[in-house]
Amino acid sequence: MTAIPILKERESQIYQKGTQPFQMKCGKHSLAGSVSQRACVFCGSRVVLYPIADALHLIHGPIGCAAYTWDIRGALSSGPELHRLSFSTDLQEKDVIFGGEKKLYHALSELIDIHQPKAAFIYSTCIVGIIGDDVEAVCKKVSKEKGIDVLPVHSEGFKGTKKDGYKAACDALFKLVGQGSTEGISPYSINILGEFNIGGEAWIIKDYYRRMGVEVVSTMTGDGRVDDVRRSHGAVLNVVQCSGAMTFLAEMMKEKYGIPYIRVSYFGLEDMSKALYDVAAHFSDKPEIMEKTKEIVREEISHIYPELQKIKAAVQGKKAAIYVGGAFKAFSLIKALRYLGMDVVLAGSQTGNDTDYETLRDMCDDGTVIVDDANPLELSKYIIEKKADLFIGGVKERPIAYKMGIGFCDHNHERKTPLAGYSGMLNFAKEVYLTVSSPVWKFAPARQLSVNSDQLLTDFNPRPNTEHRTLNT
Amino acid sequence: MNNLAIKKEEYTATKNACKLCTPLGASLVFKGIRGAVPLLHGSQGCSTYIRRYLISHYKEPIDIACSNFAEETAIFGGGANLKIALENIRRQYDPELVGIATTCLSETIGDDVPMFIREYKDMCEGQELPPIVHISTPSYQGTHMQGFHGAVRALVEGVAEKREQDGRINLFPGMVSPADLRHLKEIMKDFGIPFTMLPDYSDTLDGPLWTEYQRIPPGGTPVEEIRAAGSALGSIEFGSVLAMEKESAGRSLFKKFAVPCHSMGLPIGVDETDRFFNTLSSVSGKPIPAKYQEERGRLLDSYVDGHKYVIEARAVVYGEEDLVASLVQFLKEIGVIPVLCASGGRSGHLQKIIAEMIPDDEQKNIRILENADFTDIESMAEELKADLIIGHSKGYTMSRRLNIPLIRIGFPVHDRVGGARIHHIGYRGTQELFDRIANTLIEARQNASSAGYTYM
Ligand code: SF4
Ligand code: SF4
Repeated sequence: MTAIPILKERESQIYQKGTQPFQMKCGKHSLAGSVSQRACVFCGSRVVLYPIADALHLIHGPIGCAAYTWDIRGALSSGPELHRLSFSTDLQEKDVIFGGEKKLYHALSELIDIHQPKAAFIYSTCIVGIIGDDVEAVCKKVSKEKGIDVLPVHSEGFKGTKKDGYKAACDALFKLVGQGSTEGISPYSINILGEFNIGGEAWIIKDYYRRMGVEVVSTMTGDGRVDDVRRSHGAVLNVVQCSGAMTFLAEMMKEKYGIPYIRVSYFGLEDMSKALYDVAAHFSDKPEIMEKTKEIVREEISHIYPELQKIKAAVQGKKAAIYVGGAFKAFSLIKALRYLGMDVVLAGSQTGNDTDYETLRDMCDDGTVIVDDANPLELSKYIIEKKADLFIGGVKERPIAYKMGIGFCDHNHERKTPLAGYSGMLNFAKEVYLTVSSPVWKFAPARQLSVNSDQLLTDFNPRPNTEHRTLNT
Repeated sequence: MNNLAIKKEEYTATKNACKLCTPLGASLVFKGIRGAVPLLHGSQGCSTYIRRYLISHYKEPIDIACSNFAEETAIFGGGANLKIALENIRRQYDPELVGIATTCLSETIGDDVPMFIREYKDMCEGQELPPIVHISTPSYQGTHMQGFHGAVRALVEGVAEKREQDGRINLFPGMVSPADLRHLKEIMKDFGIPFTMLPDYSDTLDGPLWTEYQRIPPGGTPVEEIRAAGSALGSIEFGSVLAMEKESAGRSLFKKFAVPCHSMGLPIGVDETDRFFNTLSSVSGKPIPAKYQEERGRLLDSYVDGHKYVIEARAVVYGEEDLVASLVQFLKEIGVIPVLCASGGRSGHLQKIIAEMIPDDEQKNIRILENADFTDIESMAEELKADLIIGHSKGYTMSRRLNIPLIRIGFPVHDRVGGARIHHIGYRGTQELFDRIANTLIEARQNASSAGYTYM
């Protein structure tokens, strides 16, 4: 086997449990010349704001940044779909020389006239920071003329990492918070933060809360609406989904409006149930909520339990590798995979921090490799060495797995299937099962010896009802 | 003719772009060189987005390194980062060539990349370095096609040498699919002509499963063959818009090494493919292999069998300018009217080329749209009552909304498998296109008929 070299500078970002003292470095800027799987500040901002469906999203810069993010995610809307369009000022050479403000002004005004959005987000990309456009001033001017909020998002790609992009997005959102009336909001109310309605996930989650008797004031930002964000300060509790992207906003809302927040995750039975219980516990003055919650959890789990058990029997003992954007997602995935009886042999993230990696270390078994900001060569090295049967990641990781004859499950924002909630867990399990048990692996040269596909062919066939429930509230 | 091209207003936004950015094209070319690693000089996002975009189409691992600008880099210049990047690439990939393309950021801050490369070479004195080829690709100066053609030119200018003439022919195929590239290689082999085809990502971007992980996927044009390009019998360069540009790889080889350059459109359709085969035959002095005469015969036979299904169908065509021009030539051959010919490119040549192909374009009310985005294309497609849309998968939204069938060709095809295997060129590629067009129109008629005939 060709040895895959690991760059010396990268060694401190890779840890193998049980073999060395834990001294992982993270939060570093990606090493020049390594092929990082990370994106940029702009990408972070887009992740957070993209699903707001009645806002205009204009990307100020040359065409690429907009073209590559056109309709890129599976974030669904129950109404307007402005977020699925790609708008760019498409700067040309003369704009770079003479400045792009004029073009920004005209483009923005025109787009607002055509689409009548509730608000507009203007994303600055790399060169805008260099050519010195006063984006703020243009936004103010247009905002005044058109009478809507026009919010600059400082997302120049090179000015930090994806996390700084999350923060820039939260800053922009925070400007909307507090503008609307909070009249009529129930004392048992929450905002859902960090849930982007991929494949309709926010609808699934919102339905649980509705059944619990908890009002959801706004979902940030899945199936998001500007007016909901405006009145979100009327909620009693912020429930922040794990991604870490929106803790910034929760902090700001706590400081200014005194709204407490809790962190949750909606992936996997364990974390999903904990999320609902934690919210119910917050409203302990109304015990019916907890009663209801228990009922819902019981009902939902009993609904999917038999199928999950069949899948578990089929995938038990298989080895999985996880490489995702945020470390929190990795935690939930590890638990979910364990539930299915699978072993995690590699766990990594693009943007985890010190505590995240400590948590990961504590969760993982001996021998598990933990990586920060990995590149394709490292990922391939470890999935091969650790004989993974399944890789969980995003589009960029998929071909690495496939080339080596390893199953793959997309757990990124680009997927179209909801994996959150109880029905989402079933979808996840089915996807894991389907990819791991495909008969095609027996033709994969790298796996020919290690896979005995017959052993996977049980009479269980989840195909007929792969269709997911999308609950539109 | 002038009233036909609708110029876009100066200050409007681009809505759903019908073009990509320059370094994407350059990266694609570098992926087609054996043992090469593309390196984007700029910040992380551009390379990650470009990788993701390419991977979603080719469904292959695509490593593109990046010099990863941080805030200080943008202030003090990217020299140090570029050198570290080169060093790390050499250590991790042991490449046979490194292809550097700039991004908007490094261009805007005015990085002198050739100087950085010289400095790096000085630093490495005494070590054996792979060729380092550089192309300047600010996106505000063009589209992915400028990046593509520019990278091909940079490669021959940086690597080709004058040697003893060895009877080879250079092929510059332009941005075609891996299936097309494979077909071209087959043709050259059947002719028995030695050749340099640049780029050749037929294996690197459409390869088999692996037994062990490949740091750089096998395949691609060997650097040695690019060297030999300076001593070829002649060059054949596809792209009718490219032919009108001031510079190209083929022309550069002519200027520098007096290698004659034959420019032509992409060989789609009988006429353009004839032209290609005849040129190959006359430059090499070898006869056209019988196999291709047979393919041509079958193609003509199918034209006749299907002519009534396709005649006067109204098609919207969009994509890269070179591709659009050649498709129009082919559609004309079978009697389909390309009612709208659109591209996000803005070379300024497309209109003239199409007017030459279809002299009565005005009577036929054919619209030609340069610098177009999908909002322009969609509104015009609706107005023109098209029967058919031919282009890459980003036209799906419009196809769905207008309820006009889309025939997916070119790049990208993000919503189907097999994008890399779509075959467009030669008699055989044309055959596939023709059958798809005819069948799509037949299917539309069949679906629309209340009787649901099983014979058509
Ligand atoms: S900055 Fe330029 S090179 Fe980078 S993605 Fe945007 S358009 Fe492309
Ligand atoms: S130009 Fe900057 S903002 Fe745009 S994709 Fe590249 S790194 Fe990100």
